[in-house]
Amino acid sequence: MGFIRTHKNDILLIFALLILALGTWGLMLSSRKDGGEAVVTVDGAETARLPLSRDAVIIAGGGEHTNTVVVENGEVYVSEASCPDHVCIRQGPARYDGQTIVCLPNRLVITVSGTGGGPDAVVQ
Amino acid sequence: MKTERLALYGLLTSLALILSYLESLLPLSFAVPGVKLGLPNIAVLFALYRLGGRGACTISLVRVLLASILFGNLFSLAYGAAGASLSLLVMLLLKKSGKFSVAAVSVAGGVAHNAGQIIVAIFVLETRGLIYYLPPLCVSGVAAGLLIGLSAALLIKRADIGKK
Repeated sequence: MGFIRTHKNDILLIFALLILALGTWGLMLSSRKDGGEAVVTVDGAETARLPLSRDAVIIAGGGEHTNTVVVENGEVYVSEASCPDHVCIRQGPARYDGQTIVCLPNRLVITVSGTGGGPDAVVQ
Repeated sequence: MKTERLALYGLLTSLALILSYLESLLPLSFAVPGVKLGLPNIAVLFALYRLGGRGACTISLVRVLLASILFGNLFSLAYGAAGASLSLLVMLLLKKSGKFSVAAVSVAGGVAHNAGQIIVAIFVLETRGLIYYLPPLCVSGVAAGLLIGLSAALLIKRADIGKK
């Protein structure tokens, strides 16, 4: 392409960024584990803790800012939301420890935490 | 400020604003939120090379402010301002070094924009887990930044507007 002068530095910068990003991404994917529960927070305050082993549906938030959070087959996802962009719905399901689903307009965060495979309940 | 320069500032700001609007109509975020082309950066890059650092900063920050008022909210202002400021800083430094072409400046600016937004989101939402979005956003930032950078390079070369 004649309209840009390509410097060797350009190629170096682009490859360095790509290798760094793909490397950490690969590391993240290979080290992930199934999570145990989904922690739902709205405005920084925890509103629900849903074990991924049990199917559930809750409506998080209040007033005009609501997200429908669904737990199904060991995964958590947002099925409906009042926000304009619906990024939270398009993010799809989360099941691994540390994974998050975010709805910026409604200030909702769902974080999968803990390791899976534990007991559903402990009777003392 | 000369009238011609003032007119160019206004023209590029409105161009950046229109590109913001166009971008808001094109949702690209599927698995990860925040994936976007960065269309307004074409106007910002043009300003950076034609008007200099001060012009690029003015146009970028006025664009963020107006876009938040018109199509967003207070939070999008915080994310947008953080992304735009970090991106401007990185682009200014890379351009000043004189060792990189427009495409590389744009790539670094795109990645910095995403990083700035993630950092603010980590604080606003108090969720450190958002750092996991950074690697995929870095890859999309490189791809989008390259596309935007090549378009801007073409414009800077071909469009005579603002040339002395």
